[in-house]
Amino acid sequence: MIKLLTLCTAILFAAIPAKAELNIQEVTSESGIKAWLLNEPSIPMISLNIGFKGASTTEPDDKLGATYLMAGLLEEGAGNMDATAFKRAAEGLATSFGFDSSRERISITAEVLTKNRDASVALLKTALTQPTFNDTAFERTKAQVLSIIARNQSDPEEIASSTFNALAFAGHPYARPYRGTTESVTALTQDDMRKAHASTMTKDRLFVGVVGDITADELAIMLEELFGDLPENGAPLPEPIKFQAAGGTTVVDFDIPQSTAIWGHQGIAQDDPDFFAAYVMNRVLGGGGFTSRLTQEVREKRGLTYGVYSYLAGFDQADYYGGSVSSGNETIGDAIDIIKHEWDRMAAGGVTDAELDAAKKYMTGSYPLRFDGNGKIANLLTYSQMNDFPIDYPKNRNSYIEAVTKEDIARVAERILHSDKMRFVVVGTPVDVPSTD
Amino acid sequence: MAINESLSMKSIFHAVTYFLLTLTPAFAIGEVTTYTLDNGMEVVILEDHRAPIVTHMVWYRVGSADEAPGKSGIAHYLEHLLFKGTDNLKSGEFSEIVAANGGTGNAFTSYDYTAYYQRVSADRLGLMMKIESDRMQNLKLTAEEVLPERDVIIEERNSRTDTNPNALFSEHRQALMYKNHGYGIPVIGWRHEIAQLTRQDAIDFYKKYYAPNNAILVVAGDVEPDEVLKLAQAHYGPRIPSDAIKTRVRPQEPPKRAPVHTVFEDPRVRQPYVIREYLSANRKSGDQAEAAALTIFAELLGGSGVTSFLGQRLQLEQKVALNVGAWHSARSYDRDGFGMYVVPAQNVSLQEAEDALDAALTAFIDEGVDQEHLDRIKTQIDASTIFEQDNQESVARSYGEGLTTGLTIQDIQDWPNVLAAVTAQDIMDAARNVLDPKASVTGWIRAPQEAAK
Repeated sequence: MIKLLTLCTAILFAAIPAKAELNIQEVTSESGIKAWLLNEPSIPMISLNIGFKGASTTEPDDKLGATYLMAGLLEEGAGNMDATAFKRAAEGLATSFGFDSSRERISITAEVLTKNRDASVALLKTALTQPTFNDTAFERTKAQVLSIIARNQSDPEEIASSTFNALAFAGHPYARPYRGTTESVTALTQDDMRKAHASTMTKDRLFVGVVGDITADELAIMLEELFGDLPENGAPLPEPIKFQAAGGTTVVDFDIPQSTAIWGHQGIAQDDPDFFAAYVMNRVLGGGGFTSRLTQEVREKRGLTYGVYSYLAGFDQADYYGGSVSSGNETIGDAIDIIKHEWDRMAAGGVTDAELDAAKKYMTGSYPLRFDGNGKIANLLTYSQMNDFPIDYPKNRNSYIEAVTKEDIARVAERILHSDKMRFVVVGTPVDVPSTD
Repeated sequence: MAINESLSMKSIFHAVTYFLLTLTPAFAIGEVTTYTLDNGMEVVILEDHRAPIVTHMVWYRVGSADEAPGKSGIAHYLEHLLFKGTDNLKSGEFSEIVAANGGTGNAFTSYDYTAYYQRVSADRLGLMMKIESDRMQNLKLTAEEVLPERDVIIEERNSRTDTNPNALFSEHRQALMYKNHGYGIPVIGWRHEIAQLTRQDAIDFYKKYYAPNNAILVVAGDVEPDEVLKLAQAHYGPRIPSDAIKTRVRPQEPPKRAPVHTVFEDPRVRQPYVIREYLSANRKSGDQAEAAALTIFAELLGGSGVTSFLGQRLQLEQKVALNVGAWHSARSYDRDGFGMYVVPAQNVSLQEAEDALDAALTAFIDEGVDQEHLDRIKTQIDASTIFEQDNQESVARSYGEGLTTGLTIQDIQDWPNVLAAVTAQDIMDAARNVLDPKASVTGWIRAPQEAAK
């Protein structure tokens, strides 16, 4: 999940609908609760996307995993319903709810039929505001989380990302496992659930995106109904942090036939004047597709991997430039050498005219593909608000890409790419890849 | 370039809430137009005018279960090689053209089909057809490209399977279920056989199976059917049909005479579980009723976490399970599996978990269908025809998948009605029929016993 989170974050910088006629409205309820709405009445359904910023990063050190477990319990009993009653009610309305929590987001989704809207909203409200955290659901769900934590201890990607985060963000909540540890989760109590609920699901942390068959007036009433009873203020968010790990390599020995590696160093903030130059540069270097330099050099020419990627990872309080690759234990060292070489080559020379042109054509032309479904657009609306994008961002976004020049990229590449500062974490039994710790 | 294996175990924590999207393919996404070109290529056009986007897919009626003995992985290897050069495009140029037109694309291989797709602005459809029809018959493979790509596939196998004990376990169980049929061999291939595949193997497979009369074009999005047909005739029309294409007949399974039980141990396993599969009826053209009854039986049994029968009994009442699930893979050309799993709670042994599963199955047969539960599932099936309209790509896929697994357009469009017509009696008949211990494979996965202590 950690890896998915950073990848998604990187991808979503581009992920705002570009369709000119896309009419996103800001809706404000009577008491001041805001949401972004795209009215799309052609299908009799509504997609809701609800995000709470902060999540596990606001937990005390001795309550690790409280928010993750709490979010999992929201649908396991609420109001006068136990887990079975709640889920049967949702099934009877053909409403799909999703409750999840990652490092710094609680994410709640709902797909609702127009004809069942009011009953579905009432049901969701009980989960948001009156979760019971009852004994049986608490013990059962806690056991499920402990099982996930145990399984992740032998998952190479999970081992890599938890090791990486501990190094990259030492001393910061980002260094902690957001699902908690076996010890911390075992010690959690139902009272901890109530505290986590009250301190994370609050109006000041709330962001809402809605797409579908609902008008602005109807949504204003719905917002009041759903969120009016939430507490005003959440626990303080953590401070910003720079990438902490020095250049080098950490090897985690694990008996598997292939090594998994991730890497990173300090990145670039979204509000930096050169952010879009870095973003276009990343497309050329390793930003996905078969045409990137990393894919060409590591995969296509040499057959060393099935996948190699780089990404600009934006957490709320940190930015790093990272990537991932998997390769056989005998060849991972070669793959890492090539990646470092490509880092240097980009830092020294930037991109060619042809590469810049191809990257711009892809990035601007593929923009409309991002809005292929109500649920996805709702997610983008929430994400945009959480990242402080202006509501007209979709209209202007392609012009930011178009404005990037070869000189901009050369400048930002030299500034942010430093192969000597790349921190690698390698999980496996790599040959000739020494740990520098 | 991905692989579609049959279902493996889903995430333990968040149960699958979107099952109905997979349960009910293609019903109401605007107009559906179908056509067959003179060279035998089928065309399916799905209109969705919400955004100026198109999904363009070509599906071939060939998958890993059609491979010759000793050549496992060749269908998937060829799929990768289709991104190399043709008589008209240099190696890699295909992907460059798609990207330079703001498109995304990929390909995937399964037991029964191989498919290629792009998503792109609707005004670029003709260009996509031009390059996709080109690689249907003009592929040009050089030794310098073919060998590194084979290494890529070994790394893909490493990433997907060899570093993951659950994937190795799945491969092992599948091989036990199918003694004679190609479903017993992994789509990606056995490692030692992938390592021996040659350029000539790829060319032979390509020549044998890649032809318009073995292919289906699916176009979904902001398009007018007349325009699509004109483009299809212009680009795919000139492709030459093959005489070698015959109705697929694969080696079938002999009668199953005894239950199979296996214990898979791997030191990387941190969470043991028991999983069982029964050989079951697939959807057949004009005869989907039994598969529909099994699909709903799977939902009742373990499709929705705690509200399902196994969830109620094993998770909530007996508290012997951390998690349960059941599924029916109705979408296959030949008979496939009806499966279920139990993840035991702490201090519950795999034997106890399996015993509890058997007792629950017996109880289900004794007690019959809970009508209220069936009604809720029917409500969701009904609603899914609305939710489905929001997912252009998934509808396009369900047509491609249906037509490459032996169904007709009519079968695909009938499916929601066939599901809706299933009665409690149908479910009990199908359940009794499928739960034949002799046709089952039960597997335990755990760490080696000394290490587990």
